[in-house]
Amino acid sequence: MTIPNITSVVIFLPLVGALLTLLLRSANAIRMTALVTTVLTFLASIVLYVGFDPAVDTRATPQLVDMFATWFPESVDVKYFVGIDGLSLLLVMLTTLLGPIVVLSSWTYIKHSFKGYYALLLVLQTGVTGVFCSFDVILFYVFFELTLIPMYFIIGIWGGENRVYAAVKFVLYTLVGSLLLLVAILYLGFAAGEAVNGGVFTTDWYKLIEYNVPLGVQSWLFLFFALAFAIKVPLFPLHTWLPDAHVQAPTGGSVILAGVLLKMGTYGLVRFCLPFFPDASLKYAPVFALLAVIGIVYGALVSRAQSDAKSLIAYSSVSHLGFVVLGIFAFTAEAMQGAVIQMINHGISTGALFLIVGMMYERRHTRLMSDYGGIAKSVPVLAFFMVFSVLASAGLPGLNGFVGEFLILIGAFKSTVVSNWLVVFATTGVILAAVYLLWMLYRVFFGPIVHEENRHMADLNPREVTLLIPLAVLMVVLGFYPRPFLDKTAPVTDHILEVVNSKLADVGPSDVR
Amino acid sequence: MDLSTAYSTILADIGASTSLVVVTILGLGLVLWDAFKPRHSAIPWVTAAVLLLLAIFELTKLSEPDGTVFYGMIRTGSLAAFVRFVVLLSTALSVVLSATYLERIKLNLGEVYSLMLFATAGMLVLATANNLVTVFVGLETMSICLYVLAGLMRTDSGGPESAIKYFILGAFSTGFFLYGIALLYGATGTMYLDQIAAALSGTERTTMFWSGAGLLLVGFLFKISAVPFHMWTPDVYQGTPTTLTGYMATASKTAAFASLILVLYYALPDQNWSQAIALIAAVTMVLGNLVALAQDNVKRMLAFSSVAHAGYVLVALAAGTTDGYSGALYYLLVYSIMNIGAFGVIALLEWDDAGGRKQTLDSLAGVGYKRPLLGVTMGFFMFSLTGFPPLGGFIGKYAVFAPAISAGLTWLVVVGVLASAVSAYYYLRVLYVFWMKPAQEDDVHGLGTSRFSVPTSAAAVLVVCAVLLLVLGVYPGLLDVTTNFLPGQGVALAP
Repeated sequence: MTIPNITSVVIFLPLVGALLTLLLRSANAIRMTALVTTVLTFLASIVLYVGFDPAVDTRATPQLVDMFATWFPESVDVKYFVGIDGLSLLLVMLTTLLGPIVVLSSWTYIKHSFKGYYALLLVLQTGVTGVFCSFDVILFYVFFELTLIPMYFIIGIWGGENRVYAAVKFVLYTLVGSLLLLVAILYLGFAAGEAVNGGVFTTDWYKLIEYNVPLGVQSWLFLFFALAFAIKVPLFPLHTWLPDAHVQAPTGGSVILAGVLLKMGTYGLVRFCLPFFPDASLKYAPVFALLAVIGIVYGALVSRAQSDAKSLIAYSSVSHLGFVVLGIFAFTAEAMQGAVIQMINHGISTGALFLIVGMMYERRHTRLMSDYGGIAKSVPVLAFFMVFSVLASAGLPGLNGFVGEFLILIGAFKSTVVSNWLVVFATTGVILAAVYLLWMLYRVFFGPIVHEENRHMADLNPREVTLLIPLAVLMVVLGFYPRPFLDKTAPVTDHILEVVNSKLADVGPSDVR
Repeated sequence: MDLSTAYSTILADIGASTSLVVVTILGLGLVLWDAFKPRHSAIPWVTAAVLLLLAIFELTKLSEPDGTVFYGMIRTGSLAAFVRFVVLLSTALSVVLSATYLERIKLNLGEVYSLMLFATAGMLVLATANNLVTVFVGLETMSICLYVLAGLMRTDSGGPESAIKYFILGAFSTGFFLYGIALLYGATGTMYLDQIAAALSGTERTTMFWSGAGLLLVGFLFKISAVPFHMWTPDVYQGTPTTLTGYMATASKTAAFASLILVLYYALPDQNWSQAIALIAAVTMVLGNLVALAQDNVKRMLAFSSVAHAGYVLVALAAGTTDGYSGALYYLLVYSIMNIGAFGVIALLEWDDAGGRKQTLDSLAGVGYKRPLLGVTMGFFMFSLTGFPPLGGFIGKYAVFAPAISAGLTWLVVVGVLASAVSAYYYLRVLYVFWMKPAQEDDVHGLGTSRFSVPTSAAAVLVVCAVLLLVLGVYPGLLDVTTNFLPGQGVALAP
């Protein structure tokens, strides 16, 4: 089955749904519209998945391209240019899968201003999907920034006690990074236009990777790009917005944030920083690897110290994404593959963790672990999913988390860029993850019931089970048989590494190393 | 100059300045109308309708070739048509907003609209002037009308302050301006913009030229309220009736900027000014945004924000290329729409106050839920002012920043984006107050109780502004409109 302009359909269908919700009045109609829209989008993305042929090369152009060349005036080469390659595909699938899950998880959690919430949620999905499909850097930037507006309101209006502080901090942090990114994009566009596009300003990704940026400017361009993405990831020490945003955001917001929004940062590092600025990336790789490892260990230690279950998971994201960054800056095929697959894994398992903590919060209106204890007896189904997700997140072999972390660590050990000692420290992160996650499990679910009100906590209802099942299934599938997914991403990660190596060879190794 | 054909030449040229003639005649007509039927309710609507028709008429002339009329005093062509369009559109939208607003604050005087029309006539001259005398005539016609409009709220303590401050500082800047013109004339022997460049080419720059051009620029910087000549802005904006503040902040700035662009492009084409303008742009952006942070009064906040936005436009002028000038003109269109909308929302919210006009942010807590239309459109304006895609503000920023980077002013753009990151804080604070701050229980100005309905006309203007911003943001192909206004790079042209 083929649908014309399928990529654009997947991007903009949620936006259409958002406009529809604006016309409705009753809460139920709004929720149903949002659900139907996101489910349809997911189905459309399956068409995308089927339509994507991994055998076809994406070195010169992505697949399933939609292009509107006169989006900007013809005097500049800025296009509406979306398409799919192996790297985009999985992240888009993750986004569209989380769409209906988030809508379902918000079903009873959101108690006021339904219209605004679901409309913004759908706009947010359009933004995120667009980020992963854009092959024009300005278009990427537009979608990248578009995600800020709905997220500001979702945290600021439907969030917890300290929501405004968290929302403003989130926007300002991201904005500082992304505005500098804009400067770098414009500079790069002019420079690349001079060099490879006959003097015409260009932001076409395929033209930009052809352009070997002079060493003199590579460093600052790289730093401007990397800063924007490092804030988004977030890389230690730029992570401080994340715990605030996560803890204050409503469950749906946290899931989107952890599941896909953070991936925009790591995606940006892979897609733009490495192939555009290989020399600078290599030069700063030790710094980024060091910060990543600090993030891994620091995030894990801080997680251990939390009394709030949601902020524990929030800090665990800092730790887990440290692995992804480490994988990216190891410059080996395995590590890069691991990084990409780990983005997906983290989206699935951390998404599930946030969902379950949100469900607990809905029942007891507290996130403090000390307010629970022994609830496995009263809510066995919830406990089952929690244990499952925790094990996946902690990297138990056979579940998805293991695959990514294993590939990253193997790749990093092989790497000549990252010191082996750093990797050893990173490995402790895996152990620490088990410590804080299992400790959380123990405190919340096992042992005696200390609070009487927990004895009659309601277990998951069918809606909640429905939304957790796809995630649990994926944890197993990705854990046991990651091959089909890795095969999809491998051509792209190989291509990016090839670009990096050929550009490094062009300049000559003596300049940087 | 052969004066025997003067009559026929002038008559033939009138067609090229239709808007100017119609606006002036309508202004005079309104004086008479108001004399015989004071405060007639149709006055603003007729004014708005005529202005809108003229704006549309100017749109049809966007592809006209460049030229001059009235013996080289006024420029015609696509650039002139575009600037006239922006000025007329801003005026029309402001008139519609003012119609209901001024009635509410009991200042629906007929002369307001004739003054606005005369000011607009001044702007139309200023924005298309090709001779320093025409520039001056346009500038003064505009300014004098605005001085009166600034003092419209006579009984309000802010009104006279606003008018007097504006007048005294404005007169002062006019002095600079005139002195600059005189010295430039002394240095070059001509007042025609293109002939100034021709007279300069190949000759040594004298001190008289430098001081003349410098003083002229100072005069312009006053009118566009660039730092350090911005002191009047917050007080004047605060004391002026809000919809007229919007008018003042948009149309007059657009006209002054257009004139500055013509002067820089035709009369002072070499890029000697780039560094100076870049410096002023940097200071303007930083100071405007930082001081706006500290404001509690929304109008003062928007005043400082408009100072900062003048800085963004100056970034493009500092680039000194035709792309820069095109970007600046495009930015002025976006800027006008955003600000008319933002001032319009604030104007509507002032209505609610029983005990006088209150414009502090805190008094607007939770307004979004009670007035969703105002809340949502304000969201568009604030995000667009911050420069978020997919709204016009982002494309505007692209249009001013890209030429500066291409001209090698990357440092200036870095300053600009950091300043606009600061601006996000206060723009978002407005939305925070509108949507996230719980409304106070003792609803002092009765927002909850007196559920007045937003007048349809004003609502329509806000929606039109929001939709325009979305269109400008989603379809940046419209940037093409301003790209080919100025021929070639900014080099000296034969007259």
